[in-house]
Amino acid sequence: MAAHLKKRVYEEFTKVVQPQEEIATKKLRLTKPSKSAALHIDLCKATSPADALQYLLQFARKPVEAESVEGVVRILLEHYYKENDPSVRLKIASLLGLLSKTAGFSPDCIMDDAINILQNEKSHQVLAQLLDTLLAIGTKLPENQAIQMRLVDVACKHLTDTSHGVRNKCLQLLGNLGSLEKSVTKDAESLAARDVQKIIGDYFSDQDPRVRTAAIKAMLQLHERGLKLHQTIYNQACKLLSDDYEQVRSAAVQLIWVVSQLYPESIVPIPSSNEEIRLVDDAFGKICHMVSDGSWVVRVQAAKLLGSMEQVSSHFLEQTLDKKLMSDLRRKRTAHERAKELYSSGEFSSGRKWGDDAPKEEVDTGAVNLIESGACGAFVHGLEDEMYEVRIAAVEALCMLAQSSPSFAEKCLDFLVDMFNDEIEEVRLQSIHTMRKISNNITLREDQLDTVLAVLEDSSRDIREALHELLCCTNVSTKEGIHLALVELLKNLTKYPTDRDSIWKCLKFLGSRHPTLVLPLVPELLSTHPFFDTAEPDMDDPAYIAVLVLIFNAAKTCPTMPALFSDHTFRHYAYLRDSLSHLVPALRLPGRKLVSSAVSPSIIPQEDPSQQFLQQSLERVYSLQHLDPQGAQELLEFTIRDLQRLGELQSELAGVADFSATYLRCQLLLIKALQEKLWNIAAPLYLKQSDLASAAAKQIMEETYKMEFMYSGVENKQVVIIHHMRLQAKALQLIVTARTTRGLDPLFGMCEKFLQEVDFFQRYFIADLPHLQDSFVDKLLDLMPRLMTSKPAEVVKILQTMLRQSAFLHLPLPEQIHKASATIIEPAGESDNPLRFTSGLVVALDVDATLEHVQDPQNTVKVQVLYPDGQAQMIHPKPADFRNPGPGRHRLITQIYLSHTAWTEACQVEVRLLLAYNSSARIAKCPWMEGGEMSPQVETSIEGTIPFSKPVKVYIMPKPARR
Amino acid sequence: MCGAGFGHFRWLAGGGAGQDVGRSCILVSIAGKNVMLDCGMHMGFNDDRRFPDFSYITQNGRLTDFLDCVIISHFHLDHCGALPYFSEMVGYDGPIYMTHPTQAICPILLEDYRKIAVDKKGEANFFTSQMIKDCMKKVVAVHLHQTVQVDDELEIKAYYAGHVLGAAMFQIKVGSESVVYTGDYNMTPDRHLGAAWIDKCRPNLLITESTYATTIRDSKRCRERDFLKKVHETVERGGKVLIPVFALGRAQELCILLETFWERMNLKVPIYFSTGLTEKANHYYKLFIPWTNQKIRKTFVQRNMFEFKHIKAFDRAFADNPGPMVVFATPGMLHAGQSLQIFRKWAGNEKNMVIMPGYCVQGTVGHKILSGQRKLEMEGRQVLEVKMQVEYMSFSAHADAKGIMQLVGQAEPESVLLVHGEAKKMEFLKQKIEQELRVSCYMPANGETVTLPTSPSIPVGISLGLLKREMAQGLLPEAKKPRLLHGTLIMKDSNFRLVSSEQALKELGLAEHQLRFTCRVHLHDTRKEQETALRVYSHLKSILKDHCVQHLPDGSVTVESILIQAAAPSEDPGTKVLLVSWTYQDEELGSFLTSLLKKGLPQAPS
Repeated sequence: MAAHLKKRVYEEFTKVVQPQEEIATKKLRLTKPSKSAALHIDLCKATSPADALQYLLQFARKPVEAESVEGVVRILLEHYYKENDPSVRLKIASLLGLLSKTAGFSPDCIMDDAINILQNEKSHQVLAQLLDTLLAIGTKLPENQAIQMRLVDVACKHLTDTSHGVRNKCLQLLGNLGSLEKSVTKDAESLAARDVQKIIGDYFSDQDPRVRTAAIKAMLQLHERGLKLHQTIYNQACKLLSDDYEQVRSAAVQLIWVVSQLYPESIVPIPSSNEEIRLVDDAFGKICHMVSDGSWVVRVQAAKLLGSMEQVSSHFLEQTLDKKLMSDLRRKRTAHERAKELYSSGEFSSGRKWGDDAPKEEVDTGAVNLIESGACGAFVHGLEDEMYEVRIAAVEALCMLAQSSPSFAEKCLDFLVDMFNDEIEEVRLQSIHTMRKISNNITLREDQLDTVLAVLEDSSRDIREALHELLCCTNVSTKEGIHLALVELLKNLTKYPTDRDSIWKCLKFLGSRHPTLVLPLVPELLSTHPFFDTAEPDMDDPAYIAVLVLIFNAAKTCPTMPALFSDHTFRHYAYLRDSLSHLVPALRLPGRKLVSSAVSPSIIPQEDPSQQFLQQSLERVYSLQHLDPQGAQELLEFTIRDLQRLGELQSELAGVADFSATYLRCQLLLIKALQEKLWNIAAPLYLKQSDLASAAAKQIMEETYKMEFMYSGVENKQVVIIHHMRLQAKALQLIVTARTTRGLDPLFGMCEKFLQEVDFFQRYFIADLPHLQDSFVDKLLDLMPRLMTSKPAEVVKILQTMLRQSAFLHLPLPEQIHKASATIIEPAGESDNPLRFTSGLVVALDVDATLEHVQDPQNTVKVQVLYPDGQAQMIHPKPADFRNPGPGRHRLITQIYLSHTAWTEACQVEVRLLLAYNSSARIAKCPWMEGGEMSPQVETSIEGTIPFSKPVKVYIMPKPARR
Repeated sequence: MCGAGFGHFRWLAGGGAGQDVGRSCILVSIAGKNVMLDCGMHMGFNDDRRFPDFSYITQNGRLTDFLDCVIISHFHLDHCGALPYFSEMVGYDGPIYMTHPTQAICPILLEDYRKIAVDKKGEANFFTSQMIKDCMKKVVAVHLHQTVQVDDELEIKAYYAGHVLGAAMFQIKVGSESVVYTGDYNMTPDRHLGAAWIDKCRPNLLITESTYATTIRDSKRCRERDFLKKVHETVERGGKVLIPVFALGRAQELCILLETFWERMNLKVPIYFSTGLTEKANHYYKLFIPWTNQKIRKTFVQRNMFEFKHIKAFDRAFADNPGPMVVFATPGMLHAGQSLQIFRKWAGNEKNMVIMPGYCVQGTVGHKILSGQRKLEMEGRQVLEVKMQVEYMSFSAHADAKGIMQLVGQAEPESVLLVHGEAKKMEFLKQKIEQELRVSCYMPANGETVTLPTSPSIPVGISLGLLKREMAQGLLPEAKKPRLLHGTLIMKDSNFRLVSSEQALKELGLAEHQLRFTCRVHLHDTRKEQETALRVYSHLKSILKDHCVQHLPDGSVTVESILIQAAAPSEDPGTKVLLVSWTYQDEELGSFLTSLLKKGLPQAPS
């Protein structure tokens, strides 16, 4: 009440009228003393401008509520008129801008004042700041046409100011508020709109580069807001391309790009000739020219924009890769052309002779154009640029253009292949990815393949794996190519044995894409001989498996191939089909009717039956809920077993099967815990019995967290069911505690907490409640008023009966569901040599893991280290340590630091990956949770973790420090 | 007083041989200041011709009095080889400017050169070690983009040029006149250096090298890839690779190339570098990281790229070791020294390979094997059969024709001067520059003097009041467009002032005279004078919207201060004569009006 009174005092003082509805509602709300009053007092106290400035700065640190903004603004304005010091006025102006941005405050009331003080202001800086404030006001009121017009007028008036800052802000204002041509175009309005463009256009030739930049930016802003720019701007913008200042050129390049997208087909004349070309081609040529600009900022900008100019004609596009070489005025062929020629002429050596690249025909001196007006060689320059930013931008642009034009893709291949040797790894990686993206359009020549494959020896794992991915989806033209690829991959395998899986996978695709090319190679690869039996290769040799993977995958679509296999090949097939089923497809093998009939029909059309099987078994479970407890238990156990096996067999169904199996397991646990006879005994439970039930409750909780957070693709429908299950587990826990503990005091708290949870559940899933007919929660909510008032013992009783009566809820299966999984590749945990380091200091351990189907790994994935003494340490990897090699897949490559006090001998520590979750973060999305200030903390906090990778043991040995 | 003398420009010696062996030495006189650009020597001569003829500069009098400064662009001997001779033996005591890396590496090269000339060839009358030291004491080192004030008027500024470590382009500026000298430069970045860059400094003259005036080069990536592939294949076969290089420059690039490749591919084959000179120079390469390219600059904190992990010093005995290896050995043309020794040992095995990374002069072993000769006669009538593979790779760090054009485009000079190249090739480039950039271009022969007139800008003071008044008359301040300004130019004590005419009159104590122009315009009009005047009035009113057009009661029309009266000449009633009169201040408007009226009035709408 005191607070309320205090507030009233301040209100009267500041004359801010607030509706007094607090009496009606019972909500208690803490209110701070009004800001405006405090500010006024402070400002009056201030003796010098510096003081006032300090107060204002302090004031600006805290947010102001929407209802008191107006009062604050009045005070600020009042002070503004009195203030002589420009710096204080500047701060006030900026505060006005900030305040008018406050949500829920309509700034039209302060506009008049702002414009008013603008007219009397002398200081340029304050003027600029005031215009900024007006901009904030204007953007806050996008609907009010009259205000916008008025602001535009103000801006036009101040455009002639001598200070660049003021002109800048005016242009910005024009760009943001200049009226758009609406469908209802009155004459006046469309005139005004045209004027805005012309006015801004006039400032393209301002004397200050900053103003020129601002003018172009304003123009771009107009475009962004949907105003159609006039084509006349194109010529103006072209002139700006030769500006002295890089920011102007950079912005001009953007503007030209925008215009070229607006009017791609209109015709522009080529200066100093009678020809005309399409505007988009002309713009393309101009932007290409900027790729060799003096400033790298402009070069990056230009190279980036080139990628999105897809309408450009192919003639111009192909010029970008063409740089007419000459030597001593004689035409010379590029190395690419020579390589191509060598290849087509059948020769397979190069550069053995001096003068191999000797120039051929004479060049007509008149015809050589050293500075092309067109697009000549833009990409050649861009890809050779000094700054890697430019090179990356150029590679990206190449990628985008090649995706839209197959012929260009073919042409740019040589250049992309060259980029595989760039000095910066990022660029190499980017170009490999680019190549993969355009691989549908291209077929690699042998010499190109050769260069590509050379990169397989790269020591960077990322590069090698990207390259494997690339090889998965490339087309190779000849059988020699396939052979070469295989040989290089095997070489890679011997050099880097850790690449095994990636290489096998790569060969799988290589085989299935090129069955006819593999066919003639089979005898050689299997080293079979027409007359002699050869030795049987070692089945455990990764290289041999690699060859077999290639052959078997090719044989899938090439029925004649198995005839070439020798006996042991068939045996190996059977073995591999079983052990590496994801790499070896089912084959129709002659003379093996039994195997083939058993395997092949069941695999190829199997998807439907297995899906059906899954559905059926789940339905069986759900429908038979009225079985006696014993029967239900058995059924659940069987179904869980079936589902698990199904998940192992059918990788695409693994997610669903696991998910449902987990759910059923929870149910099974619940039934088991509840069906005990002991619940009927009124006496308190003895330890062993309660153990079982509380362990079940605990496990159910864990499993529900796994269900909620370890699967990607879980929808709200499932979340409800999962939460419901968790609620049941909590109820169980409550009952168990109630039955085992004596005394009521702790129970009170627990009951209350539980009821809160129920309440929370109801609020959060209010929309889904109708689906939960007859369930535990449904019944619980019916009895809610009674529960609220009952004693804990009674609550427990009610809960117990309800738990036993409640129906088993059907878990609807989501469309796509995948279980998150992680594999630690490194450390492999096989080393016998302990990692030695001085105790008290740290040792860095490289961790390399692949993550599948993890959403937002940057925030959720943690590394845990368990020391033998039970000490556990959680490490948060940096966001940059996560790579994203493909959809749904992530790669964690990081270093973790280990440290411990001295040990007498080496011991193993366990390293594993954890998935951190936080259930309130998910809930924070729902609308009734207010308070945007709270959420950031909520999101960062970790509620619990789920281990989701196999632990790896690392042998370490901290030695005592030597004196 | 406002003379347009750019002074003259002298091209002292050089040209001719082209490539890296010409001697560069240029003398520039700019606004009365004399600057010598580079002081190179010719490798091909062993007599007096090896140094430029400095007596050409000044017949009598000391060099120090004549030259204001000497600028050295980079450490190659054809750009700095004659420096000790020039400063210590001919006698020059003025400042010598060069960049820090050049200052560090230059003496090493000079000393090496001196050793070969004196100790090996036994030449007399050559500069001594002490002279090199003394000469280096006169050097003033400059930073990139640092404006160095040589004296009150002359200032110089260095820009990055690529080419070799520490190579720079220099802008020489006196007042508003400036010259840019490029030295040797490279517009495409390589493995250890970035690309040359210059801002839009718009010099009066750009002096550029033109070694590759008629060449457009292929992408460097193909070259690098080829090189690496060849080396890699050979060592994989178990062969040895010999790469003859000159100690500085390309050698470092190739080292980095191989080093990073070895690192990337995890290769273990040893790489050796054969010369002690390089070790000393590599030390400087490690120190001058800001002068290298982006990659090295960014990664040197983790690891300095010049701290080679795989490249070790070579020992004579290693050449006989079995197994694959890669050896860099000097000199680059296989004409003598270690590279030739190793070549002899390895030539017989077809598994081995020699890669020539640059140009070879006729007569050297390098040139012979490159042109396909398989049997070489060595000293003592020995015949060496070359079975090893011979490869040629061109790694050159000069800008090609496109690069030169690009640089000219970047700097936007008024005229260009081509040096350091062959006349025939330069002719082509000259033509292209004039055609495509519309910049005048010169290519002087050795010893020829080129004089360029300039139009220097002359600062004129203007009073703020006048400026503001005149600015206010226009509509908007249009940037970069010439504006007409009325005022009186007063020249007094060699400074210029622009003042308003009233003030000028006052200062000079003169009385003001009115000057009016009058003009008669005959109009074909049958109506009365008043009506004609009215029509003229409405016509002018419709055209001159920004001006104040008035119709006075006495029948005349005024536009600002211009008076127009209509009169009917007695002889012909069909024509009317318009009398237009204006003061000379309104000359512009007045002449516009008369021409307008001469076109006649529009047909009355009746």
